[in-house]
Amino acid sequence: MIEHALIFAFFAVSLALIFNLWRLVQGPTLTDRILAVDTMVINVISLIILFGIQERTTMYFEAALLFAMFGFVSTVAYCRFILRGDVIE
Amino acid sequence: MSFLMELLIAALIVMGGLFSFVGSFGLLKLPDLMTRLHGPTKATTLGVGGVLGASMLYFLWTEGHLSIHEILISVFLFLTAPVTAHFIAKAHLHQNPDVERSLPPTGREAGWSTYDRRSHHATEPRSSPDGSEQ
Repeated sequence: MIEHALIFAFFAVSLALIFNLWRLVQGPTLTDRILAVDTMVINVISLIILFGIQERTTMYFEAALLFAMFGFVSTVAYCRFILRGDVIE
Repeated sequence: MSFLMELLIAALIVMGGLFSFVGSFGLLKLPDLMTRLHGPTKATTLGVGGVLGASMLYFLWTEGHLSIHEILISVFLFLTAPVTAHFIAKAHLHQNPDVERSLPPTGREAGWSTYDRRSHHATEPRSSPDGSEQ
């Protein structure tokens, strides 16, 4: 049962990533693209954890944690660059 | 007991995938950035929360000990999702001064998109068409 649920979740999250990519390419404004990249990072974290469940190993959690941290820092850096014209003042 | 555990894990995985899908569909489908912001920040956080809960239960069930990494990731994501949403909304307001002008007054010298005190004598540049402040 878990295998079938994993196949469904892989399909759903991959479709979600395609939607995010669509918004990233199409996005009319700059903030739309930042939001699309932020959502893509969160979906990739979900995909990494699902892959860890499928492979029955806890080795991928460090990768997921690193993705979460870099996603947050990059989003804040982009927004801060828009708001202030500089990342670190 | 084993069947119930498996059912619970599978239900959590399906819920996580479904919420990720719905959040990203909202990001694609909704008309404006402020409404688009609403989709992923709630639904995708819940989706990752479901997948992390399933992973935590799965490794508790198969290996017999609770791993702390999932709790760490979910706490980090729950803390940072509102911060990023707030930052993106502020950047949107900063880039579109006409949206900011349609909002009610803040009651302070500073506008909606910035806390900068200097912006109260820079109201002229903030209402300029490119929206850049000096």
